[in-house]
Amino acid sequence: MRGVTHAKWAVCAMAAGLAATACGGGDSGAGGADGIVSSSWGDPQNPLEPSNTNEVQGGKVLDMLFRGLKRYDSKTGEAKDMLAEKIDTTDSVNFTVTVKDGWTFSNGEKVTAKSFVDAWNYGANLKNNQKNAYFFGYIDGYAQVHPDKGTPTAKTLSGLKVVNDKTFTVKLSQKFSTWPDTLGYAAFSPLPQAFFDNHDAWLSKPIGNGPYTVESYAKGSKLAMRRWDGYPGSDKAQNGGVDLNVYTDNNTAYTDLTAGNLDLVDDVPASQLKNVQADLGGRYINTPAGIIQTLAFPYYDEAWNTPDAVKVRQGLSRAINRRQITDTIFQKTRTPAKDWTSPVLGVDGGFSDTLCGDACEYNAAEAKKMITEGGGIPGGQVKISYNADSGSHKEWIDAVCNSINNALGNDTACVGNPVGTFADFRNQIGQHKMPGPFRAGWQMDYPLIQNFLQPLYYTNASSNDGLWTNAEFDKLVDEANAETDSKKAVETFQKAEEVVRDQMAAIPLWYQNGSAGYSDRVTNVALNPFSVPVYNEIKVK
Amino acid sequence: MGRYVIRRLLQMIPVFFGATLLIFLMVNVMGDPIAGLCGDRQCDPATAAQLRKEFGLDKPVWQQYLTYMGSVFTGDFGTAFNGQQVTELMGEAFPVTIRLTVVAIVFEMLIGITLGVITGLKRGRPVDTGVLLLTLVVISVPTFVTGLILQLLLGVEWGIIKPAVSPEAPVNELIVPGLVLASVSLAYVTRLTRTSIAENARSDYVRTAKAKGLPRRRVIGRHLLRNSLIPVVTFIGTDIGALMGGAIVTERIFNIHGVGYQLYQGILRQNTQTVVGFVTVLVIVFLVANLLVDLLYAVLDPRIRYA
Repeated sequence: MRGVTHAKWAVCAMAAGLAATACGGGDSGAGGADGIVSSSWGDPQNPLEPSNTNEVQGGKVLDMLFRGLKRYDSKTGEAKDMLAEKIDTTDSVNFTVTVKDGWTFSNGEKVTAKSFVDAWNYGANLKNNQKNAYFFGYIDGYAQVHPDKGTPTAKTLSGLKVVNDKTFTVKLSQKFSTWPDTLGYAAFSPLPQAFFDNHDAWLSKPIGNGPYTVESYAKGSKLAMRRWDGYPGSDKAQNGGVDLNVYTDNNTAYTDLTAGNLDLVDDVPASQLKNVQADLGGRYINTPAGIIQTLAFPYYDEAWNTPDAVKVRQGLSRAINRRQITDTIFQKTRTPAKDWTSPVLGVDGGFSDTLCGDACEYNAAEAKKMITEGGGIPGGQVKISYNADSGSHKEWIDAVCNSINNALGNDTACVGNPVGTFADFRNQIGQHKMPGPFRAGWQMDYPLIQNFLQPLYYTNASSNDGLWTNAEFDKLVDEANAETDSKKAVETFQKAEEVVRDQMAAIPLWYQNGSAGYSDRVTNVALNPFSVPVYNEIKVK
Repeated sequence: MGRYVIRRLLQMIPVFFGATLLIFLMVNVMGDPIAGLCGDRQCDPATAAQLRKEFGLDKPVWQQYLTYMGSVFTGDFGTAFNGQQVTELMGEAFPVTIRLTVVAIVFEMLIGITLGVITGLKRGRPVDTGVLLLTLVVISVPTFVTGLILQLLLGVEWGIIKPAVSPEAPVNELIVPGLVLASVSLAYVTRLTRTSIAENARSDYVRTAKAKGLPRRRVIGRHLLRNSLIPVVTFIGTDIGALMGGAIVTERIFNIHGVGYQLYQGILRQNTQTVVGFVTVLVIVFLVANLLVDLLYAVLDPRIRYA
């Protein structure tokens, strides 16, 4: 050891340094119909299984890999038949589903009625820990395979029966006329036998029946999808494939896009919205998505659950200058809310830009009056809780509080209450420990007005985090679900929504847009109502 | 020296257990991680309970810790929430971060020590003042500023590098991120070396060596530098661990899927298994690096001996 001198290791180090040379340059590869689109991606939180994926990153993969009975139109959001030849019902409880012929999985296996029934039974079974299990909650026998407590007493849903290769029947536990329209959600995708035979192998390289197949999947870094030439559907991929690259930060993805190394970024970071016009020109998309941001209230707290508190909530709603906040903080990537649904539903689907009316219009004087009439803010101060780890929640919560404080002429009337992580935030909400209103984002599962109301405001519904309860609302929702005429159903849902308005169960803030940017190498880029790029329609120059 | 090494290794055991226990408790204090798994909605209670059971989160913390440590010694670091083995995550992340750290350390040693020697020998001259000012600037500018500016200039404006490192993270793509990561430490190494050299340049043994008529290169290389490097080696040694764990900012900016990124994800998702697993390995790296530094003292200065 004595002989080792500094000179020696310095030389070694130098060699290592010299061996490395910087390099740069754009992507090479085929263009045209075989061109590969490179797109930014975030690491999916859960394993990629149809009934276990509940966030947008995993969802976009399933959207490329699977086709279900229904599919939502990429422009209008309307549920259209995909693998379903027909779905019949006479009583809104018993449905007969006929599956189209000629569909296969990419491994050659036929898609049959059994592919659906097996997949749904797997998704519903408590033993499989599927996070989307509640989607099967309307099917008869759900309580046996997925009890609230204890172990399942059945392995399969009693409401599902395979009649023959092409047909299966579904019995629901309650009337639900628009149930077929929910079937476009990824959780209802069919699964091949290969999924059940070798689950681990399937997870490392999923096999579906969509326009793409998985070429390679390096978890946490890159998923390479290629066009499946044997795809029988009408929405064939217009490109050779899509490479989803995981980025540690959406700012880096955006930088890579501007440097010409990436074709598509489907989440333009808020900090770059100022530059996006200069950087991308017309290659920037900013379209409405089925996402609404609201402020929910803790109705388990006596102070917020008094008859007078309605006035306070309405007053708070009127004290928020939505237009100013969406324009300045969000650079118009949000639209001030006029109801509790989303513009992507369309007027026929139940969206109304007059439903909230005055209650969502900014009026400082009126706001102050209403809050005083309602007995003032419970506890003298509103504390709005949010998770500080992601998004730009702090900025807009502070702005909302500013707006309220200005309206009331009191600097401490409203303060933000940051919670460190999203998990802890959800944790506190779940334990009903919120000290005041809290941010509640809702991203639709399927473009139905039902999905914007029932899960959020129905008594004890899955996402009714504030424990709001109203008999009139519940009754109207039940009626709407039982209504076989979809137009009448939508009208009844809107009546229910009026109850939400009159009680100001939650304050609607704004509708969120999807924002994306793309390179000049690709064309025909669009976002669907779920703010996911329509990958199969992207064309490479 | 053998006995010294053994004693040091034995001392590592309580440090190791203490550190892991602390991390384990800290992550646990943050609350129930399952709550965040279902997105902006409540997990249904039955599934949540089932998941809690699967990850062992339904047991008391001390029992979780014991089970965890038990399986760690059999090489099982548990499962991350996305279904991947933590060992698998480590296998992907550590090689990348080690490459990044090596690049950074090489920069620190090459540039830092060279500049340190030059300025130390030319105290008060314009070169010295210039470098001192420069290091002051580097130290005072936060890493993410340096990183983002270099990324914008080299990656977007001039197109010399790719702004984002590819998942395989080859060494050539890690040069700029390595330089950014090394920048602050590099400035410290320069300053440490400078002071040390300047101090020792006036010492008796250097005067003797000069008086013997030894060539200047030999005086500086063999006599002056060797003695002056002790504080520098200490710094670089402890810096290895700091660089590996502290690369979060650099890794985020340059899209490097290394230890920093995995730790960040793990903390965000409150994934105890990932966080504790990675920190455990980092603790070991830190301890071993420190031991090596202490052993290097004897090589640099034979007067330092270990019983």
